[in-house]
Amino acid sequence: MATAAHAQKGLFSRPRAKTGWFSWVTTVDHKKIGIMYMFTALFFFIVGGVEALLIRAQLAQPNGQVLSADAYNQVFTMHGLTMIFLVVMPLGSALMNYFVPLMIGARDVAFPRINAFSYWVYLFGGLFLYTSFALGGAPDGGWFGYAPLSTLQTSDGMTFYALGLQILGIASLGGAINFIVTILNMRAPGMTLMRMPVFVWMTLVTSFLLLFAMPVIAVALFQLMFDRVWGANFFDATVGGDPVLWQHLFWLFGHPEVYIMILPAMGIVSDILPTFSGKPIFGYAAIVFAGIAIGFMGWGVWAHHMFSVGLGPVANSAFALSTMFIAVPTGVKIFNWLGTMWGGSIRFKTPLLFAVGFVTMFVIGGLSGVSHAIVPHDGQQTDTYYIVAHFHYVLFGGAVFGLFGGMYYWWPKMFGRHLGEGLGKVHFWLMLIGFNLAFGPMHILGLQGMPRRQDTYPDNMGWNFWNLISTVGAFLIAVSILVFFWNVVRSRTKGEEAGADPWDGRTLEWATASPPPEHNFDVIPHVTHRDDFWHTKYATDEEGEPVKVFAGGSGSDENIDQVHHTGHIHMPDPSFWPVVAAFGLPVLAFGVLYISTPTLVVGGLILLVGLFGWGLEPSAEEH
Amino acid sequence: MATQDIVLDTQEHTSTGVDNVKLAMWAFLGSECLFFASLISTYLLYRNDVLSGPTPSEIYDIPFTSVSSFVLLMSSLTMVLALGAIHRKDERQMRVWLLATAVLGMVFIGGQIYEFTTFVEEGMKLDTSTFSSAFFVLTGFHGAHVTVGILLLLTLVMMSLFGRLSPGAERKVEMIGLYWHFVDIVWVVIFTVVYLIPTNG
Amino acid sequence: MTEPVQHVEYHDHHTEHPTPRAYVWVAILLALVTAIEVAIYYFNLPDWALIAGLLIFALIKFLFVARWFMHLKFDERVFRMLFLTGIITALFVFSIVLSIFFLAGDGGPAPLVNGGG
Repeated sequence: MATAAHAQKGLFSRPRAKTGWFSWVTTVDHKKIGIMYMFTALFFFIVGGVEALLIRAQLAQPNGQVLSADAYNQVFTMHGLTMIFLVVMPLGSALMNYFVPLMIGARDVAFPRINAFSYWVYLFGGLFLYTSFALGGAPDGGWFGYAPLSTLQTSDGMTFYALGLQILGIASLGGAINFIVTILNMRAPGMTLMRMPVFVWMTLVTSFLLLFAMPVIAVALFQLMFDRVWGANFFDATVGGDPVLWQHLFWLFGHPEVYIMILPAMGIVSDILPTFSGKPIFGYAAIVFAGIAIGFMGWGVWAHHMFSVGLGPVANSAFALSTMFIAVPTGVKIFNWLGTMWGGSIRFKTPLLFAVGFVTMFVIGGLSGVSHAIVPHDGQQTDTYYIVAHFHYVLFGGAVFGLFGGMYYWWPKMFGRHLGEGLGKVHFWLMLIGFNLAFGPMHILGLQGMPRRQDTYPDNMGWNFWNLISTVGAFLIAVSILVFFWNVVRSRTKGEEAGADPWDGRTLEWATASPPPEHNFDVIPHVTHRDDFWHTKYATDEEGEPVKVFAGGSGSDENIDQVHHTGHIHMPDPSFWPVVAAFGLPVLAFGVLYISTPTLVVGGLILLVGLFGWGLEPSAEEH
Repeated sequence: MATQDIVLDTQEHTSTGVDNVKLAMWAFLGSECLFFASLISTYLLYRNDVLSGPTPSEIYDIPFTSVSSFVLLMSSLTMVLALGAIHRKDERQMRVWLLATAVLGMVFIGGQIYEFTTFVEEGMKLDTSTFSSAFFVLTGFHGAHVTVGILLLLTLVMMSLFGRLSPGAERKVEMIGLYWHFVDIVWVVIFTVVYLIPTNG
Repeated sequence: MTEPVQHVEYHDHHTEHPTPRAYVWVAILLALVTAIEVAIYYFNLPDWALIAGLLIFALIKFLFVARWFMHLKFDERVFRMLFLTGIITALFVFSIVLSIFFLAGDGGPAPLVNGGG
């Protein structure tokens, strides 16, 4: 089993701790890494949320005085960057990390140390981005950093942007490759591709999008870096550079990025709905192929972000059409979800509420999205609050609701205790109402012409009322998040204990203990059905209705007979090289930022030492 | 360091039957295609925008670059011969071919340093024009890839000298070989698209 | 495509590799193609013919290195698919980007832009 375990040793003795803080720093266990991703993302969620509240406090009344114009630019830019790169993407990664190996019946991901490396790079990248507040000003050119605004700003903010996102991109690329290999190669016997849970499928599609989108933004960010730090001319129109190139490269990444954020949430919802409806997903093949279709078509719609640039009628029409087409597979999924619930015996638990919230809010966001596909209509909406309303309906109403649903659904598996149902429902309803109050009125404000990214507005525009409502909604969301954190704290001691299978689940993660042992499964399951775990619990009677069986159903239970002894399960050992190597990256970034050769050398050495220590260390040693 | 990470339980059996590390390497190379395509497209967009700086046809030294391209191309041969050697369990000969590959790579990089220095002396710097920016960043990133490859090759040689290459020696050489050949074929494209195809200027 | 050595059989199993001899033949072919490339650069061909010729020769070199040295000719299909997906995606999106620029006349400074989302 342990082919890599041989006489060879690493350069230094290895960390051995299984508990305590050091065990978290050196862990390569996908479950611990998933938990670290989750709490780091939740921390940044608070930070980004405070920024959102600052924005809404400023805009609550005309001529707001809470923030200066300069501070406002930094805060709204960092709000966007934080929520996209430090919250939604890593929360998705958290759940993928924890649950993809469990759902496919694997003991870990394919490259546990790269997994740890990705996490540390993410953490250091996020912290690097935030040091900018203390070092002369945060990024202030919007999350898409349009040139020449991004190249002409004299503060270091947009250099932090170029370098910080570059670091975060490395984390994403490492994660993407890891999940592609894990999902393709590490499935339990019998777990064919078309038996995988939809969440696993969506993780695979997301990983491919990351794989091909990240290098494009990497190049754009490098070009921005060379422009800002070394005076290159990529986006300088005065010497023939073309700022539109930045837009193409950015949105070539940026539009797949939209799907990178939403597809994991779609996967989560596609696993929650069947569980709480007591039915298999309606049209499994359709929902899988719709996800793949979105993955492909996501590469042909980027210029719909650029309709107001003046790309010409041919390009605008082509991208309008492709944008309308991509609504088709998305619509297919909506019908899959409705069909799943239709006629089911629905249990209105908190995860289901969030899933239904996802579907309804996402439909609203999807419809306003289709309205931008119409070029003249988009001309009216561009750069107004209508756009802000739209993308919050898909990213907050969509992705964040889905991710919260996922956390409520899987919390008992991760920690062995439920989050409180009562508090969960309070959280859901407060968040749903607050969300619609905060972002619903922005549709109206946008159509009334209120421009986005403006630090304030005059009194006589007729925008006062809806802005105030929106601010009230934002603070209501904040209250709901406080309820969530109270729920988290409370569940540690008072949460109802969850068994292995608290929701009557369908997929393999429910077949093992809560929380799962380090090696996930004592016996690797042998899969014979889609929703295999369900079939170990239920047989089908003559009418095709499920009947509970207590001694094992038609599923894989018979294979339990072939019990292997569990004494020899050999897991990869902890390692401190990933965190060492990851730490080199922010040091290198500071070296570029301040054009400091010594810092560059030190950063490069840290990275090299980390990588060499890693390379010379076998992934596990003889015990 | 993807090539070094080995996971238990997976080497004997994978769902697709292919090796984890090799699958990861090919995924990474697929990703790299987009990286270089972005850089090359930027170059194609900007290659005529020279302002008062030199034009591509004025500044390129085709005979010189042809020789260094040839050197890099031949380093792919020595790389693949190193793989052949380790397949025959001949670590000594493998080291010779790996060193040869690294030396050819260094000749290429030396040529690039010479080329860059000459260009700067002739008045083309990073900030001279959009053409110069696009040229230096594209070829510079390619050079950085070659440099990483040289470091990997030398690491392999050192590991072999200290007897730490096995087990899994074949795969390590194969993975670094894949990377090396990829960097080589990127140069095949750059040589044609950047140096040989004529511009308006 | 012409195969430089017909007498060696590799197709049975992906763990078998071509002989060093075959590799040397491929390298000789690559060297020849490079020589031809540089040579036609100095002929006074019309631009379209030169560009077409150069692209075809680059493609031949690319294919030989990828198929022989990187073993895509003998290896599992999944590797070829991963690589091709990257190449095709790149060709698809960047041919659109470049044609948008060239259709729009390119060159000049772009209009002031304030879109996005």
